Amino acid sequence: MTYIKPKFRHPSLPKNDLGYTKTVYEGSLSTLCAGCGHDSISAAIVQSCYELALEPHRIAKLSGIGCSSKTPAYFLSQSHGFNSVHGRMPSVATGASLANKDLIYFGVSGDGDTASIGMGQFVHVVRRNLNMVYVVMNNGCYGLTKGQDSATADEGSKSKAGSVNLFNAIDLPSLALELGASFVAQSFSGDKAQLIPLIKAAIKHPGFALINVISPCVTFNNNPGSTKAYDYVREHLDATSTVDFIPLQEEISVAYEAGSTKNIELHDGSSLQLNKLATNWNPEDRMSAMTAMQQAKLDGEILTGLIFIEPETTDLHAMIKTSDTPLNTMDESQLCPGSQALEALNEEFR
Amino acid sequence: MSVNNLINNFVVRFANVNGTGSASANYMFAKAVFRMGIFATPKNIFPSNIQGLPTWYDVRVSEKGYLGRREGVDMMVSVNPQSMANDIKSVKTGGYFLYDCTKDLPENYIREDINYIGVPLMEMCINEYSDPRQRQLFKNIIYVGALAALMNIEFEVLEQLFKEQFAGKEKLIAPNVKALQLGMDYIKQHYAYPLPIRLERRDLIGDKILIDGNSACGLGAVYGGATVAAWYPITPSTSVVEAYSEYANKYRVDPKTGKNNFAIVQAEDELAAIGMVIGANWNGARSFTATSGPGVSLMNEFLGLAYFAEIPTLLIDVQRSGPSTGMPTRTQQSDIISAAYASHGDTKQVLVIPSTPKECFDLTADSLDLAEHLQTPIIMLTDLDLGMNDHVSEPFVWDDNRKYNRGKVLNAEELEKMGRFGRYLDVDNDGVTYRTYPGTHPTKGSFFTRGTSRDEYAVYTEDSGAYVQNMERLQLKWETAKTLVPTPIMYQEKNKSNIGFIFFGTTLFAAEESMDMLAENNITIDAMRLRAFPFNNQVSDFIESHQSIVVIEQNRDAQMRSLLINELNCNPSKIKSILNYDGMPITADMIVTQFHNLSL
Ligand SMILES: Cc1ncc(C[n+]2csc(CCOP(=O)(O)OP(=O)(O)O)c2C)c(N)n1
Ligand code: SF4
Ligand SMILES: [Mg+2]
Repeated sequence: MTYIKPKFRHPSLPKNDLGYTKTVYEGSLSTLCAGCGHDSISAAIVQSCYELALEPHRIAKLSGIGCSSKTPAYFLSQSHGFNSVHGRMPSVATGASLANKDLIYFGVSGDGDTASIGMGQFVHVVRRNLNMVYVVMNNGCYGLTKGQDSATADEGSKSKAGSVNLFNAIDLPSLALELGASFVAQSFSGDKAQLIPLIKAAIKHPGFALINVISPCVTFNNNPGSTKAYDYVREHLDATSTVDFIPLQEEISVAYEAGSTKNIELHDGSSLQLNKLATNWNPEDRMSAMTAMQQAKLDGEILTGLIFIEPETTDLHAMIKTSDTPLNTMDESQLCPGSQALEALNEEFR
Repeated sequence: MSVNNLINNFVVRFANVNGTGSASANYMFAKAVFRMGIFATPKNIFPSNIQGLPTWYDVRVSEKGYLGRREGVDMMVSVNPQSMANDIKSVKTGGYFLYDCTKDLPENYIREDINYIGVPLMEMCINEYSDPRQRQLFKNIIYVGALAALMNIEFEVLEQLFKEQFAGKEKLIAPNVKALQLGMDYIKQHYAYPLPIRLERRDLIGDKILIDGNSACGLGAVYGGATVAAWYPITPSTSVVEAYSEYANKYRVDPKTGKNNFAIVQAEDELAAIGMVIGANWNGARSFTATSGPGVSLMNEFLGLAYFAEIPTLLIDVQRSGPSTGMPTRTQQSDIISAAYASHGDTKQVLVIPSTPKECFDLTADSLDLAEHLQTPIIMLTDLDLGMNDHVSEPFVWDDNRKYNRGKVLNAEELEKMGRFGRYLDVDNDGVTYRTYPGTHPTKGSFFTRGTSRDEYAVYTEDSGAYVQNMERLQLKWETAKTLVPTPIMYQEKNKSNIGFIFFGTTLFAAEESMDMLAENNITIDAMRLRAFPFNNQVSDFIESHQSIVVIEQNRDAQMRSLLINELNCNPSKIKSILNYDGMPITADMIVTQFHNLSL
């Protein structure tokens, strides 16, 4: 069976700066369970790319394995996609980025994919500050293999089968902060208003951008007792701030009360506007971000929003000084030293 | 043995302690032989250790040009008390034992059938140098000096090697030359010289070079246009990427911007290394990795994905003996089966097998073409012996008109003109389909890469028919691969014998020599050197047209024999094995001995 979405849309649909309707950014029909949090995130990705008026073919979407990792098929059908192997999307993304620094790399993973089998690659891609968006669709369980606990399942939470998780949860945003990530955000699949500006900012961020999105699995982990269930999340959300993304050249139209807003200019001139809810929240202060994350954990709260950002950051390409010309466009003239150099080398070995 | 046979025809073994700077002194000896126009084959026999354990360095000198290892030491240079007792035993009757006579040898170390040459290395160093490090380093040079007098190495050749070694650090030349002189003088004052085993200048080398296979692979990757290298350190493959890095930094840094036309990432493990290589190749950059057996094991899952998703990949496997606590610093050809059938499901991987540094260079560059042409992983199987030891090799050649074969890749213009693009649609009936790089065209040519649950247009499906069709196309691609992989090297135009030898990789050297030895006893053998898997018709014809086939290989389980039987469906009873798997390179003597024990 193949799933192709009906492409008929009303001609008067709004268009973005490129003249594209939102349809252009959609993918094939989702095969996930109805109500799955992952689908809401896909929709937010579509909306973000549409609003940013990105050229879809300049985006490469990559994933590991899992229900979450299937989603790249459900957005951006004009983009190349790569559903790789379980937990190894970061390495594939790294190689892809090395080959062509000019594309936008959009990675999607699950909590199993990232926090268990892929933990090794995750920490190293953070460390290398690869210029990519890394969305974890975090449901605290292995959806695709039918609901086993993942390493982000909270200690004491109950699986659908009734067993209680005995182990400490891995908190990916805290880990990323510790590893020196230059952009760390957390959100909830049901909160589009917050998620969309975060995705947009993550795309614009010139380094590694993690968005950990709590995304309930309605089939296996939406039961009372699970901290990744819709009800629990709704009741325990605590936003660091409300976020608004303002692209370059667009006037800041929303007025915030003086003293309660913080404007973060991104590298390309666009800006992120935060309306502070939490007191003393400074998303450019790693230490206070780490403390706040720990405090929220103690309080059983889920802190959402932009947790940390380092707007000017040095990505992998800058660190290893790759050419400004994408490597995949180079030919013999740039790559091959030629016969004369080889003859000189032969002489060195005589 | 007649005196003539002793000139330019012997084995010198240096017995050292790891980490004492002996390697460069020993290399100097080998290079001097080479510079005197004679074939020299050095082999470093070293432990998995950084400092303290015994190491040996063999140099076989051969007027006839035999480049394989040979057992039997004609001259032992013994500077390691730890291994001395055994080192004495390994000297051939009538051979020489050069040792540090600062202290007397124990009685039980004396053999009547060998000649002892004592040089008070330690004493000379203590008298000449006050710095302990200098005492250590110059001790090595003094024994090279002693050998120079004993074996007739031309002083000017050694002096020139110092000049090259210390270019830019000229201050070091004089003290080294002095140490050399000390060794020579001592011999001249105390012993009759030169010995019957000695060198005489020849002109056998021509324009050949002395280089190791790993350097050749690294250089081949630079010439072949690899731009992304991802790797995880493992002996004996490490120096492949180190060489790539050295040459890339030499030739691929843009002089205007100072930026690199290459990227090298030391990955967190081999899984990540191959993942990066696959990601880069998917995105249109030529990319490779190098590893050894344990790394290949870790790369298995990704190799399956690359096979099914049809992503060009170059993996250089420098084989060694087994696991990390196996004999990681010893050589073997024991990854044949695990590489040929690497990964899950119905996978078969293309193998390319070089024998010499020249082939390492050529086949690395060629494999980058082949990987993109076939859109599949290419596993190049070398081994520790080829990779880490210097070999006399034909020089490298590059045709400046050569264009990289980037395979079937559609650009924006081509996409614009065509109808619906099908990533896995077999347009040319050769099993190889067209691909596009991400970012090529705004509305055409994008596709979703995944394993096999997709149709010819890369649309998701779990339909059995689509799966089978795809698998059959991959089989057709395998047939196409047979026409493109390096062909076997045949040793005869027409069959001359009922018996055919099959060998590959570094077994070449010992095999060729063994065939000469057998020919001297009027035993003629036909031979074929394999250079790739899948096997083409030449391979099956060779096997069919001989009564008996002997596959010579360096592993316990006769892996290549199994692969031939399995793939070509040939009669197992006519295919015999000659094997060596002790971690040391196979020798011609071993082959001849085992040959006589075969019932053919
Ligand atoms: C090497 C390997 N081991 C196991 C699996 C089976 N597997 C598929 S998805 C999955 C877990 C996915 O969990 P998660 O990443 O959280 O994604 P979700 O389905 O919850 O979105 C597992 C264990 C696999 N595909 N590959
Ligand atoms: S099993 Fe859970 S995660 Fe998977 S699609 Fe269904 S709801 Fe989503
Ligand atoms: Mg999950």
